[in-house]
Amino acid sequence: MITLNINGVDRQVDAEADMPLLWAIRDVIGLTGTKFGCGLAQCGACTVHMDGQPIRSCQTLLGDVGTAKITTIEGVQGKVAETVQAVWAELDVPQCGYCQSGQIMSAVALLNDNKTPGDTDIDAAMSGNLCRCATYARIRSAIHEAARRLEA
Amino acid sequence: MFPKILENANRAASMPVLNSTRRGFILGALATAAGLAVGFRVTGTALAQDAAQPHPFQPYILIAPDNSVTIYSSQFEMGQGAYFGIATLVNEELDAEWSSISVEGGFGNVAAFGNLAWGGAAQGTGGSTSMTSSWERYRKAGAAMRMMLVEAAAKEWSVPAAEVTAKAGRLTHASGKSASYGEMAEAAAKIAPPADVPLKPREAWTQIGNAGLKRYDSKMKTNGTAPFTIDVKLPNMATAVMIHPPKFGATVASFDGSKAKAVKGVVDVVQISRGIAIVAENMWAAIKGRELVTVTWNEEKAEQRSSAEILAAYEAQAKAAPIAVARNDGDAAAALGSAAKVIEATFTFPYLAHAALEPLNAVAQMKDGVVEIWAGHQMPDLYQFIASQIAGVTPDKVKLNVMRTGGGFGRRAVFDADVVAESVEVAKAIGWSRPVKVQWTRDNDMKGGRYRPAYVHAMKAGLDKDGNITAWQNHIVGQSIATGTIFEGMIVRNGIDFTSVEGAANLPYAIANLNVGLSTMQAGVPVLWWRAVGSTHTAYAVEAFLDEVAEAAGKDPVALRLELLKDHPRHVAALKLAAEKAGWDNAPAQGRFRGVAVAESFSTVVAQVVEVSIPSPGEIKVEKVVCAVDCGTVINPDQVKAQMEGGIGFGLSSILAEEITLDGGEVQQANYDSYTPLRIEQMPVVEVHIVPSEAAPTGAGEPGVPPLGPALANSVFQATGKRVRVLPFAKGLSV
Repeated sequence: MITLNINGVDRQVDAEADMPLLWAIRDVIGLTGTKFGCGLAQCGACTVHMDGQPIRSCQTLLGDVGTAKITTIEGVQGKVAETVQAVWAELDVPQCGYCQSGQIMSAVALLNDNKTPGDTDIDAAMSGNLCRCATYARIRSAIHEAARRLEA
Repeated sequence: MFPKILENANRAASMPVLNSTRRGFILGALATAAGLAVGFRVTGTALAQDAAQPHPFQPYILIAPDNSVTIYSSQFEMGQGAYFGIATLVNEELDAEWSSISVEGGFGNVAAFGNLAWGGAAQGTGGSTSMTSSWERYRKAGAAMRMMLVEAAAKEWSVPAAEVTAKAGRLTHASGKSASYGEMAEAAAKIAPPADVPLKPREAWTQIGNAGLKRYDSKMKTNGTAPFTIDVKLPNMATAVMIHPPKFGATVASFDGSKAKAVKGVVDVVQISRGIAIVAENMWAAIKGRELVTVTWNEEKAEQRSSAEILAAYEAQAKAAPIAVARNDGDAAAALGSAAKVIEATFTFPYLAHAALEPLNAVAQMKDGVVEIWAGHQMPDLYQFIASQIAGVTPDKVKLNVMRTGGGFGRRAVFDADVVAESVEVAKAIGWSRPVKVQWTRDNDMKGGRYRPAYVHAMKAGLDKDGNITAWQNHIVGQSIATGTIFEGMIVRNGIDFTSVEGAANLPYAIANLNVGLSTMQAGVPVLWWRAVGSTHTAYAVEAFLDEVAEAAGKDPVALRLELLKDHPRHVAALKLAAEKAGWDNAPAQGRFRGVAVAESFSTVVAQVVEVSIPSPGEIKVEKVVCAVDCGTVINPDQVKAQMEGGIGFGLSSILAEEITLDGGEVQQANYDSYTPLRIEQMPVVEVHIVPSEAAPTGAGEPGVPPLGPALANSVFQATGKRVRVLPFAKGLSV
């Protein structure tokens, strides 16, 4: 049994330490908003927050999480997250939607860190999140718009 | 049923698309199938009905007493917005509250769900036909349902139907009587479906063409609740990963799964027709187990060539005479012989993977004699049939749950049902003991074949002394997608696979001597439609080559096209709009370079002007794409824009750096580190302009892709003087 603090709750996870956090979240705990895309930290679909920082859960072993607090798309909250999610829907960013949990987790982490990101900041923060539908132009607009609203 | 699918497919091929029987067909379906009445009768017990009837007739729309409106979509949702488009058509006529509407995938009733752009022969999504097929069908379904609700209310309240108003999900009468659609649903179920269903006139529309209307399903895609096949969880469900042959066409000679079975959580290791499945309690156990399985392959019948060898054979054939002629006007050979100037170029296109973010998957179980499958059923009738054959049951004992998928781009429309068939085979191989989810890993997906075929185009044009084009020859060399599949009868005619030559054989330019030839080649690499299909290579060859011709003739690329497009007003309008919005007549800003292309695909015309800069030698930055589209009547303007943006990004992605290569028959790319889709920093600014039209809607999902490549190539020539004729640019810029 491994204790995992996920979305503010300590959970006992019956899994080996070498299981990637992604599969513990999806298959053991049963939260499916975090997606599997590549298993190699190449696509960002599995992005979650570890103590507020975006990480790729497919390349983070369960045994290495320790007491860090994990937040998934189901548990992300606060003004930044709410604003990002609201703007995302208003601009109809998603197409298939599969990558969008990861995109939103990266965008929320960026805006938590940087209230007024420029295009280069957005490129740097979001480059690890692939969107095969290529919704990138709307993702960029949504981050700028969320920043404007959070500043207001 | 299988012969029936074939028969229907062949019948459809001989039918003109969207012929005059369409109207009769729709009304017949409404009257005979009475889907609306079935829908009404279900009083919140749709699930119970399903359980009793595993192959139920599904209506187009179901209104439950709780006022929820469920629309059953004939068209598959992979991100392109088909569900939203269909919901918009229904709601234009039905006038329910958007918050009450949800859409699910329908299946199992060709009469109700057959794709009308394919003559109604089979249910399926492809060729950007969803709105074309749904345009009248779903508006009529919505209108018929509203009429029945109004009629029921009139009867119940003893007032004339003309005095009953149906609006925003409520029925009202001046007397003060009022009921929600849900409250009237049961009474409306007793009303016979109307024989004649008039539709709102264009000027009364409030939903169709409404740029402010938002997708009903965006919210669930921002909070992780949108369900995909990967998220399906059933009691006692196992998860399986696959080992496929490393070379296409190889088969399992022997395997040893004993070490894998010792891994905690691994349930079984089984052989199926397509390889070895490692069945486990969870994904991680399956992946760990897979590493310990050893397999010996029989490679006698496998494709052993490298992609370089395959392309070399194509290039050699491109120099010879075409095997078949797709179009022949005048005498191109003679005109080339007497031309004042001859321009020649050869273009080479690689294999491309769809590489959707959700790796292929399907869930299957057998329960009480019924096989139930959760997956991206893009061609449901076919998958139902194939699953029934594997399971040894009749098709009516196969229930499909049509899941939204994390991208598609053509990959879920497969001739052999692919992962759907695998899931049924694996569930059967473990004795139907528990539900099984077959979940491909990224390498399964990347190496799994079904690629956009590699092609070579040999182009020749002749100019007279005044720079007029007198001859055009285009020899296309590559694999056929449809030959040898159940679609052969529908798509291949006189040795010409339409998908190999679309965009080239129907060249819109007025050139008197024109010859388009095709040499269909054999290769053991499985191929498939890939977003925009033939036009992904034909539009590049045609439009990039035309730019070379324009240069040789000393003509402006836009002016030359307009001169040659006199009989194609839609091309002219799109091209003019894109050129005007891009400021074509004025020189670009210092350090910026422009290129243009126009292409029709799936009856939609798209023109694009691409603007690039060169930040450092050898580096190309795509700054901006101005896009003009004519897709007939626009149902959701913002979604047409979204599809153009996405098509441009998808096209750019492939043109810049995507390529599947084989070495000794083995695919060399396994993941996104070696097969590299576009990332956010590479995405240009995109501006989309819509050509106003009152024609019936055509497609939007694919047509944004084709013009991007050649418009980019033409801008790069302006910037660097280099003609890129070998794709992707990552390779072609340096050869």
